[in-house]
Formats: sequence, structure tokens, C-alpha cells
Amino acid sequence: MYVAVKGGETAIEHSLELLADRRRGARDVPELSTRQIHEQLALAVDRVMTEGSCYDRELAALAIKQARGDLVEAIFLLRAYRTTLPRFGDSLPLDTRRMAAERRISSTFKDVPGGQVLGPTFDYSHRLLDFALMANGEHPAAPTAPVDAAPDLPRVGDILEREGMLEPPPSEGSPHRDITRTPLTLPASRPVRLQNLARGDEGFLLALAYSTQRGYGNNHPFVGEIRFGAVPVSFVPEELGFAIEIAEIDVTECDMVNQFAGSHDVPPQFTRGYGLAFGHAERKAMAMALVDRALRAQELSETATSPAQDEEFVLAHSDSVEASGFVQHLKLPHYVDFQSELVVVRLLRAEVEARRRQAAFDRAAE
Amino acid sequence: MPDSQHDGSAYNYAYLDEQTKRMIRRAILKAVAVPGYQVPFGGREMPLPYGWGTGGIQVTAAIIGRDDTLKVIDQGADDTTNAVSIRRFFARVAEVATTTRTAEATVIQTRHRVPETPLKDGQILVFQVPIPEPLRMLEPRETETRTLHALSEYGVMQVSLYESIARHGRIAKTYNYPVLVNGRYMMSPSPIPKFDNPKLDRNPALQLYGAGREKRIYAVPPYTPVKSLDFDDHPFEIERWSECCALCGSRESFLDEMIVDDAGKRLFVCSDTDYCRERRGEPVQ
Repeated sequence: MYVAVKGGETAIEHSLELLADRRRGARDVPELSTRQIHEQLALAVDRVMTEGSCYDRELAALAIKQARGDLVEAIFLLRAYRTTLPRFGDSLPLDTRRMAAERRISSTFKDVPGGQVLGPTFDYSHRLLDFALMANGEHPAAPTAPVDAAPDLPRVGDILEREGMLEPPPSEGSPHRDITRTPLTLPASRPVRLQNLARGDEGFLLALAYSTQRGYGNNHPFVGEIRFGAVPVSFVPEELGFAIEIAEIDVTECDMVNQFAGSHDVPPQFTRGYGLAFGHAERKAMAMALVDRALRAQELSETATSPAQDEEFVLAHSDSVEASGFVQHLKLPHYVDFQSELVVVRLLRAEVEARRRQAAFDRAAE
Repeated sequence: MPDSQHDGSAYNYAYLDEQTKRMIRRAILKAVAVPGYQVPFGGREMPLPYGWGTGGIQVTAAIIGRDDTLKVIDQGADDTTNAVSIRRFFARVAEVATTTRTAEATVIQTRHRVPETPLKDGQILVFQVPIPEPLRMLEPRETETRTLHALSEYGVMQVSLYESIARHGRIAKTYNYPVLVNGRYMMSPSPIPKFDNPKLDRNPALQLYGAGREKRIYAVPPYTPVKSLDFDDHPFEIERWSECCALCGSRESFLDEMIVDDAGKRLFVCSDTDYCRERRGEPVQ
């Protein structure tokens, strides 16, 4: 006779062993080092750091290795580690004007102070498989220009802002809430929304951003500026009382300029959407900026009718770790609930059948 | 970063740091003070996936101590894979004694069932909750549902139950059956079968509900009235089986149906494995 399967514990252990084995793959292929991952799969590392909310290339590389290249799983691993870390305090806001930009482009002006700098980009690559890479051919180092001595790289937005053509960035208001420590409450402030979007799944944000371009909440965007490079991080330790530089991190920033018709009281002025991601992640930063702007619909007295403008819809479903967990929890046993459904469906079917039989009987009797 | 931080022993007792536990305990105290009210809390990422019991695990981690005895069940059984996984987690990070016996446990974490063996004073039942908002499927917006709770405006649920009667001749809702706690807040009892709903009413044990992904905690203090919604002419009723348990012969317990051969022959056994074992007088394995 069948009895409920015992030995779940052993089965789990074997499953874990098998997983570790599959992760390693064929033993005659050298094992991947985390250093190889963060040097040669750098953009995967960037994505895991961004959505994992933890700037640590080494740990992100480890997560990617452990997750067998499944980035959403790697993000989950990094998040579960991050959540156990103590918090010392908040850094000062990053000043991206001080960025040593490796790439910087604007699509709103032909030329801008500081120049258009292409840097490393897929944009103008022809997407032809490079079979030379398969043969592991060494590539010579790229020539580099001397370092630009200019201390500051002015932002394109600043120039428009001086004219009053572009709304100024929000002033530093009340201290921000950390959404990894306090639950999301709605309606959410813009800093809270931006935190949520920064951690949000790139695919989800990309699709939402795309939907705004196809008419579901269009906000007429232009890339004011995208820049990527290293910025210093400053921190004020309580015992010192002044700021010290504690790190330098790579970020991608997107300042999107959007049309805005103005109103009775406000003269027409361009508005902004903002995106920021760790490492080099332009697709993410741009998608984030478009969705950020879409979510400002209410603030700018626009009618919010599209999914990308719906704060609750966007913020509640952007997190890949939450979404992945809940979708996949359907793999867990549900046989108790299903049993309840079976009982009731059988009952309802029996009642319908009984009514049908009664009706047939009544007809025959007539 | 020192290597020691990367291995399991570098984590705090019961995984969560003490500040987080304190935050969760505060949420629990508030939840106990306002029975059935969903208290938002700063839910953390756990090393287990969302939807797999992270809310229950955080609640358990916040209340468990070295002298506790933990039981974990899923679908009423101690040996389902996720129950095993969660029990192993706490045995590892909280060095806690575990048991499969309902009577021995001080903390019972459960998914989808309430044990058949009546609970006693001092025991705590921790539910894993996927969607804490009972009105969610009727109103997807949190801003709206919070207002409905504030105003005790629960007509929309009564209408939905009425529609079920109009269509099927009876209330066809079978699990996650909505209840009213202490005559005030409508509450999701988590996806337990409605068979278990009467056990929530005036139960001597403390019931804590944790929803990790949705970051909500709510509670039913001991001996609190919990009423399953119904109508005067359509009173609440629970599932019944014409069969009895094939192993222990129980006619009072929730039965799982198993298909035992290719012809679709069916067999019914208790979903609560500990209750079934106890009735058969078998020793704990």
C-alpha cells in the first residue's frame, strides 16, 4: 500500500549534491575563477550588483558562479547576504559632476561642454558572431587618450536648467527611507520609487519603458545625457565630523529630458526622469529614467491611464527576487487546498447531475 | 572581508540580527494588540525564496530561543520537502530542538494546515502567508483595501460569497476562507482548507501570521473569537468525506486523496501525519 513518501531529507541532500556537481560541469574543463567572471563577464556582475543592491564585484562574481550563470538567482544570493550586513550610516550623495567619465553622450545637442565621448559601447558594433573569440585569440590592448585634467564635467541638464527650460532636480528634503529596512507604503515618495526602480528587474522595467514609447503613457523622452564612469563615495564618520572619501564606484547615470506642456501657472518647461545603476548598465538606467518619469504623472497633473504610470502596479511587481520566489512557489505541494477543491467540485457536479436526472424524469412523466 | 564572515557560523543566532528581531517583535506585539490587523514590517531577504515561507521563518526567527522545541509542517505533514528544509534551517542557525509531535512543540510553523491535535496554552502557531490581504482578489489596490479595513467596509466580500451561492447554490470557496477576528478585522486565515477554520476560533494557542514578500504580520491572540463569514440561510460548513483514513480509520480528520494505480484507484489518508501516527500508536520515527 502507498504511504506518503518518507525521506525528504535524504532526497534534498542528494539534490543539493547533484546541483553542485552540475554547476561544476565536465571536470576536464578548467574551473571558472571568480576573478575571470568579474573581469570577463563584467556586465553580468554589474547587473547583479545593481539589482542585488550591493557594490562588491567579488561577491557578485561568486554569486554568478554559484548560480551557474542564472543572474536572477545570483541577485537573490547577493541580497540574502547583504541583508545580514550591519549598516554604519549613509554616504553623502554622489556628485556625478565629479565623475571620471569613460563614456558620456547627449542626444539633445550636437556638441556639449566636455564633448561627446563614446567609450566602450555595443552601440556601433555589428552584431556578427566573432569566431576569433572561440579560438581564444588574445586581443591587443586598446589605445587610450591621456586623462582629461578637467576636474568637473558639467551636466547637460545644468545648462538647460540655467535657462529655466528644464525643471531643477528635487531639493534635498527630509532624510530618505531605506526600502530594504522599512516596508513600502503607498503612495510612495520619489526617492522611495527610485530606490525601488534601482533594485527592480531590468526586463520588467525595460518592457514598461518600451510600453510608454508605444503609447501607453508616452512622455516624449530625449536622452539629455548618459554618463558612465567612476565617482568617489564620501562618508562623514561621527567621530571625525568631516567627509572622507572611502571608495570609488562605477555608475551609469541617465538624465532623461521630457516634454511638458505647462499649465496656467507654470510656463512650459522640460521635465526629467532619472536613472542610476551600478557599473555599466545603460539599458537599465534608461528604462529606469523612463519609468521614473511615467510615475510622476500625478505630480505633473497628467492623467494616469497606463501600467507604467500606475505606482502600485509598478512598485509592487518590479522586484525579481519577490516575483521569482512567488511564481516558483507553485512548485511546492498544494495538495491540501487542491483536495478541498476536489471535494467541492465533485459535490457541485453531483448536484448538477441530480438536477439533470430529475428534469429528464419529470419530462418522461409528462 | 574576513573569510569567517562567509561561512554559516558567522551569522547571528537564528540568522537575523538582533535589531531586525526587535523590529519584528514590535510588529508582533502590535499585531497581538490589534487582532487581525495587518502590521507592515521591514521584511528582510531570507536565504529561502519568497513564497516559500519567508514570513513565517522571520516570525519564528524573532521568537525562537534555545529552550524551544520546533515543529514544522507543510500540508499537515512533517516530511514534505519544504517543511524538512525549514526545519533543517532552524536546526542549523538556531540549534533548536525539533520534533514532529504536536503536543511536544512550543513553536509550530505551518503551511496550509492547522494540526488536528488540539493546541494548548503557551503554544505558538506560526502561519506562512502568501497574500495577507483577504480582499486582494476583489480589490488589487493596497491603498483601497487599507481604507476598506479602516471603515470595516466588508460588503464586497459578502457580495462575492453571495454570487457564489447564486451561481453554485452554495459557497464554493474552499480554502483561504475569510474570517472576522474579534468582530472587527476581516482576516485571511492563509490558504488553510476551510475545514481548519473552526480551529482558529478561541484557540488557546497564540496564532502569528507572517507574510514575507508582502511584508505584513498579523495575529490572533489566545481565546479570540474568529468567525468564518456566512449567511443566516447559508451557514458556514466544512468539507466532509464519505471515506475514512486508510491507515488509522479516522473520520474526523482532513483526508488527502492519493491515486494508487493507473486505473485511478483512490485511497484516503490523514493529511496530519503526526495525528495519524499517534492514533495508530506507532513510535516517532
